[in-house]
Amino acid sequence: MRHGVARFVTGFLALPVGLYLFYVVWPFLQAAGYSLTDWGGYSDRQQFVGLENYVRLFSDELIRKAFWHNVFFLITVPLFTIALALFLAFLLNVGGRGDKAGIRGVFGSGLYKVIFFFPQVLSLVVIAVMWQQIYRADGQGLINGVLMKIGLISEDDPITFMYDPEPFLGVPAVLWWLLLIAVWSGAGFYMVLFSAAMQSIPKDIFEAAILDGAGRVHTFFRITLPLLRDTVSVAWVYLGFIALDMFALVYIMTPSQGGPNHASEIFASVIHFNAFQKGQFGYACAIAVALAIFTILLAALQLRITRRERIEY
Amino acid sequence: MSTVTHTPGGLAGPDQAPPPAPRAAVGGGAGARFFNGFSHLFLAVWAVMVVYPLLWVVMSALKTDSEVIRKPLSLIPERLQWDNFARAWTEGQIGSFFVNTVLVLTGSVFLTMLLGSMAAYVLARYDFPGNRFIYYMFLSGLTLPIYLAAVPLFKGVYNMGVTLPFLGPNKHLMLILVYVAWSLAFTVFFMHSFFRTLPTAIAEAGMVDGASHSRLFFSVMLPMAKPGLISIGIFNVLGQWNQWYLPTLLMQSVAGEPKNQVISQGLIELSVNQGYRSDWSGLFAGVTMAMLPVLIVYIVFQRQVQSGLTAGVSK
Repeated sequence: MRHGVARFVTGFLALPVGLYLFYVVWPFLQAAGYSLTDWGGYSDRQQFVGLENYVRLFSDELIRKAFWHNVFFLITVPLFTIALALFLAFLLNVGGRGDKAGIRGVFGSGLYKVIFFFPQVLSLVVIAVMWQQIYRADGQGLINGVLMKIGLISEDDPITFMYDPEPFLGVPAVLWWLLLIAVWSGAGFYMVLFSAAMQSIPKDIFEAAILDGAGRVHTFFRITLPLLRDTVSVAWVYLGFIALDMFALVYIMTPSQGGPNHASEIFASVIHFNAFQKGQFGYACAIAVALAIFTILLAALQLRITRRERIEY
Repeated sequence: MSTVTHTPGGLAGPDQAPPPAPRAAVGGGAGARFFNGFSHLFLAVWAVMVVYPLLWVVMSALKTDSEVIRKPLSLIPERLQWDNFARAWTEGQIGSFFVNTVLVLTGSVFLTMLLGSMAAYVLARYDFPGNRFIYYMFLSGLTLPIYLAAVPLFKGVYNMGVTLPFLGPNKHLMLILVYVAWSLAFTVFFMHSFFRTLPTAIAEAGMVDGASHSRLFFSVMLPMAKPGLISIGIFNVLGQWNQWYLPTLLMQSVAGEPKNQVISQGLIELSVNQGYRSDWSGLFAGVTMAMLPVLIVYIVFQRQVQSGLTAGVSK
């Protein structure tokens, strides 16, 4: 019997673990190894250079830029997406007319949910290519076209979107436009998530609040929001990962994949640039390891901050 | 993770309106009516912001090129140009990319589900030395960015292709195995927690009846895990359909080789090419073809898709 179990366990694990080791774990370990060399990627020549790549990393202007751009997305993507998603979920669930049965969700909330969820099932590439057309810097683009038609902007002076490195509030405009896409595509999903969470809050809690004379807005901020804390913090962690991974948008939409003039560089685009355009595999790996450490620290930090005692109901 | 988690694949019943419904204390009145109007207005505005761009893409795909340039905003084409789709399908090669994607996904999703639930089951239900280690190894794959592995992965696949050509770059089987490997982390994590929640009594009864371990898994435990499998299945289909970085890295065809690219790459190529070929309507047609099948499947199975994907997060 014991023997049978061992054979069964090994048999079931061999293939998945083998694949995982070869295609995921081994590349990760190799990356850590290459980061200590000056390997260019194409030749077989590589020399051990110790921590030189890591030292160089700290004085790299491009990486400093990429770091701050990543931090920008890390703060803004979750913040705006969650705020909008919560607001939509709130309107959806308590925006209806009140009657004897209490406050209702708005009429047609099911339809709204279906529609808001659309961007979630579209691939990032589809979204990027689509928004590329929406953001075209001439009258052929959707936004410029509409604004020109209603006369808000003149035809000679369109919004340049992806080609606009000018800072707005200290951050290059191109990043704000990318942020808009991220929020557009994420809000619906988190709205559905929050909406489901709101509906699982027992009604008697609300009834008690109403008896005490609390209004809708009051109820939302004092009761719904605190009870959603768990869901919101999970959403925050997930959106954090998404914010670190804005590469699809940067890669497809921005000029020279991180431009104009490096105004939209993020970690991933700098790694890609160094590895595949400048032919500095070793250095690219060092950046990647730094990114991994940054990610893990961030995940740990988020788990720390969001950990809290649960309210069971 | 959160206490408000609903069972994966659940939410089968109507989950429309019934919101937190407090008593009528604040119901009625001008304030409430204003609030209701405001809610509808804002929700409608957002709905338009979501639907309008999609509709614009689909409608632009049915225009002529000159119409796209002359009247970019109109949502009603002068005459429906179905041949844009034909052109994107054949010349833009969306057709063959589509076939490649379906071929790869059929293999990769099936294998991901099979291998993922096998590993998750063993890790969740059997105690053996190294169990925790393997579980955490899978878990760690969730936090590490894919870009970290890009360079060595590319190199590894390239070297593999020297000895075993069918596992080299630009090969379907290679992409299938890479997709499976990269999807395992989340699949194992998700199914692990699912197998944990299944009752042990039935498994024990099966054992008493003399079923072997693997028979127990395939004919008892796997069917019981169906709701979880549906959730994670939807998640994997969408996730792998959306993959663009791994194919871009690993599916570059050298001159003379057959093009085995997947649809995301086809779209990227179309969007890069339009810069000098300016086939706008063809580009819109390509995007439409990549977008509509998924949207239609979603609309048909919206409940399952919504609950499947949100269960993936709230686990």
